[in-house]
Amino acid sequence: MNFDPRYLDRNFTSVGTRPIRPDGVDKVTGRARYGADFNMAGQLVGRVLRSPHAHATIRKIDTSKAEKLAGVKAVITAADLPDLTDGDAAMYDILDNCMARNKALYDGHAVAAVAAVDARTARQALKLIEVDYEVLPHVTDVDEAMKHSAPLINEATFTEGLEEKPVKPSNVTKRSQFGHGDVHQGFGHADFIVERSFKTEQTHQGYIEPHACVASVSSDGTADLWVCTQGHFVYRQHCAQLLGMEASKLRVTSSEIGGGFGGKTHVWAEPVALALSRKAGRPVKLVMTRDEVFRASGPTSATSIDIRIGARKDGTITAAEATLRYSSGPYAGTWAEIGAMTAFACYRLDNVKTVGYEVLVNRPKTAAYRAPSAPMAAFAVESAIDELAKEIGMDAVEFRIRNAAQEGTRSSYGPVYGPIGIGPTLEAVKNHPHMKAPLGKNQGRGMACGFWFNFGGQTCTDLNIGMDGSVSLAVGTVDVGGSRASLSLVAAEELGIAYEQVKAVVADTSSLGYNDMTDGSRGTFSSSMATISAARNAIKVLRERAAQMWDIPVDDVVWEKGHAIAKGEKHGNLGRLSLKEIATASGKTGGPIAGHSELVADGAGVSFATHICDIEVDPETGATRVLRYTVVQDAGKAVHPTYVEGQYQGGAAQGIGWALNEEYIYGKDGRLQNPGFLDYRIPVCSDLPMIDTQILEIPNPNHPYGVRGVGETSIVPPLAAIANAVSNAVGVRMTHIPMSPPRILAALEAEQAG
Amino acid sequence: MRYIRPLSIEDASGLLAGSTGTAAILAGGSDLLVRMKGGFVEPDLIVDIKAIEGLSEIRETSEGFSIGAAVPCAVLGESKALKKAWPGVVEAANLIGSKQVQGRCTIVGNLCNASPAADSVPALVAAGAKAVVVGPGGRRTIAVEAVPTGPGKTSLAKGEIIEAILLDKRPPRSGDAYLRFIPRTEMDIAVVSAGVNLTLDEQGVVRVARVAVGAAAPTVLLVDEAAEVLIGSKLDEATLERLAKVCSGACRPIDDKRGTVEFRRKVAGVLAKRAATTAYARAGGK
Repeated sequence: MNFDPRYLDRNFTSVGTRPIRPDGVDKVTGRARYGADFNMAGQLVGRVLRSPHAHATIRKIDTSKAEKLAGVKAVITAADLPDLTDGDAAMYDILDNCMARNKALYDGHAVAAVAAVDARTARQALKLIEVDYEVLPHVTDVDEAMKHSAPLINEATFTEGLEEKPVKPSNVTKRSQFGHGDVHQGFGHADFIVERSFKTEQTHQGYIEPHACVASVSSDGTADLWVCTQGHFVYRQHCAQLLGMEASKLRVTSSEIGGGFGGKTHVWAEPVALALSRKAGRPVKLVMTRDEVFRASGPTSATSIDIRIGARKDGTITAAEATLRYSSGPYAGTWAEIGAMTAFACYRLDNVKTVGYEVLVNRPKTAAYRAPSAPMAAFAVESAIDELAKEIGMDAVEFRIRNAAQEGTRSSYGPVYGPIGIGPTLEAVKNHPHMKAPLGKNQGRGMACGFWFNFGGQTCTDLNIGMDGSVSLAVGTVDVGGSRASLSLVAAEELGIAYEQVKAVVADTSSLGYNDMTDGSRGTFSSSMATISAARNAIKVLRERAAQMWDIPVDDVVWEKGHAIAKGEKHGNLGRLSLKEIATASGKTGGPIAGHSELVADGAGVSFATHICDIEVDPETGATRVLRYTVVQDAGKAVHPTYVEGQYQGGAAQGIGWALNEEYIYGKDGRLQNPGFLDYRIPVCSDLPMIDTQILEIPNPNHPYGVRGVGETSIVPPLAAIANAVSNAVGVRMTHIPMSPPRILAALEAEQAG
Repeated sequence: MRYIRPLSIEDASGLLAGSTGTAAILAGGSDLLVRMKGGFVEPDLIVDIKAIEGLSEIRETSEGFSIGAAVPCAVLGESKALKKAWPGVVEAANLIGSKQVQGRCTIVGNLCNASPAADSVPALVAAGAKAVVVGPGGRRTIAVEAVPTGPGKTSLAKGEIIEAILLDKRPPRSGDAYLRFIPRTEMDIAVVSAGVNLTLDEQGVVRVARVAVGAAAPTVLLVDEAAEVLIGSKLDEATLERLAKVCSGACRPIDDKRGTVEFRRKVAGVLAKRAATTAYARAGGK
């Protein structure tokens, strides 16, 4: 089916309104089923034994005592998850991360698992498993790991991307480079140059719902998996591959999701639960504790970044350069590469060069976290931009406006931009009353910009029209941010019916074709495109049925406002046929009416945001308080503005936590010191002001309604906006995130000491 | 695991004294249940003291206040008389955890958990509070600072239970205050803290003072030298600076996930200064 995704200006009826979400009542009354809410008869409790060491060779695992304990139905180790990855290095890493094979590579790495009749027996069984470790030297800091003297995490790692293949292994898996022009020449034309180094600590997405699943493997080799995930089709593929199953034999159903933010794009517990169920012959429920989530799921990278930016007196940037080192845990990643791509994406630069280094450390395998890698790069770049504006004597917003990318600009990572929102967000910020509000003592204001690519991807959707005229919409992208409401609005818009007539569900992997995960801010972007396509296909069928009912040619039937209308004078005596009337008659006109769509949603429009933040610093304690916060971001078209605003606020809230207090703290022994919400300090409600939002709508030319993804960009500017605000409040440039009170106080005292 | 809910303090004490294995006292459970759920403790015996008569009451006597061991911290905040007499103690108790936690947790539990970062303890120490201890040997009254001996450790013998906390009746022109530092606004544990309790004369000169610092040593510190700095003063700027210096100097903190040595030292002084200023104002000083 041909589908034209190009944007067409139109007046909307449903899109842009703010109805309540279809999943809302169940969520606030407790009826909604999350990962741990699925249960099956005869279900066992799964528990995972984890390495207490940051780096150790596993000499031997003796499970015999645990197996003999009454109530234990299965004990597994890596031997029960044999390597079926057939040379696929990325899949092998996933397998090794799910269950350590030869070495434990971080504190919390799974080494064995049990399934038992109850939690107490399972816990006891874990204590009976004897693991003989040879503890190895470890390294958890990204800069330390790059040194020649650092312990090697994987002796087969030879840095890729160098001109000559290195002769010695190292912890750097890859070097990547982006840019154009000649930075050396560019710096030669600069009147002012700012050069600084920055560090950011590792943070976790901090979703409230821990990873949870129930796996049930039948003796005939088929299996079911109920799981909290951002992408059940991807989980199915990964689990099937790791367990040696055909994908169609494994049905995966996604639960409601208590937050993912990129952290539920990766399998950890699911292959383990399936392997336990296969061995025990009974369903197994596996729920991670919060401690396990912190120690052994996928936080973001810790980073170390050097920035150099030069500009002429008139405020034109002449050259920009960045070296970015990102930790990826003990397995290869592409996190620094993404950071290197995004670093200068907001600006129009003649000479730009960014270099990324992927660094192995003895920490959990890095996973995506909301616009992964971009916030750290933006922190470094936007801090240096602010400093450069000060040196030139230009207003920080004016300096950015002068150098902002626009339509036709060649981006620092390669592509040429179409219509984009960086300029408009900066103009909106410049004119925002927040920028003119007075500040008190010890208070400072900062602003910063952010960019994210956005993603489209493979999408498959079904739209079924019931005999009563109600519409069920089955989508394959997990609803992480209100997409069922947004997609219902889109279906209602296309069909010309009321929002309340549409019920959207997330279908399981056996009910729809493959869908990529809900990542890259693609949920509403791609599934709305697929929904529009499916609705248009359904409308075609509806027109055919109406034509049949009227006994006229289908070309004489048009669809308007939820009705078939016969056009032309010769049909003047025919009334309208409503969707319901056509649906009710469908049994006699050819059977059920449905619209299907499968597509690759190309052309996800890039996204830009600019944030403003006011902060107060207590100079005696280093304590900070966010007084006011404003987000301005381009949505392309806000399908459900309330949830767009929610995404803006949520990203800002997470960014505020990251900027001020959240961090993984490792002891000298390489063990995580704060694997819980008491000492891993995400903001509580009273820590945050009401976060104001302003939605800009610069249509994406590659979507029928102009929609752009909105979920991720909002976390990109906060680290920098807050750092700039703190710097303006106390007159000291903060270069280490989080800016916790001890770090701020130490910086203030160092400044006073000169 | 046995769970017993005795009706008298003597029965409770007897159960604990006669227990083999691990025994735990349950009042609010805000420490115990968390540790059990985390798999850190698996007690063989749990003695729930909430059914013991009088333990859930705040009594006002001619000597002052007696706060039963099972009184939730939120209830302290609802006692107008207690709040008026000992605002610093009440504000400390009402900083623990969250509103929900305060509905369960008790100051005796906070004391016996023996965390150096316990919020109510520096305020109680500054207030000169006493603990009534019931055990196989009978009843005795000790200063609260004598209860914790180190992180997680107390001076209580097997079978001993704290029945109540005693706070003196207030002389005129008295005030106390407690401040803690946390990086967030709530739901957190003190990085460092200070409690100050003052009584002034008619001229506004400090006559009696007690200063306690929390989360800066293995136990809460009663800093006598800091009290000496305050006595005889009207809390002028120079006195406050000396107070801060003495409190910072008294600290024996550690570097950990919640803060650094330098940070705790510096901020202990800042908080003592600020708490003293509030206590002085509450005592009517100008």
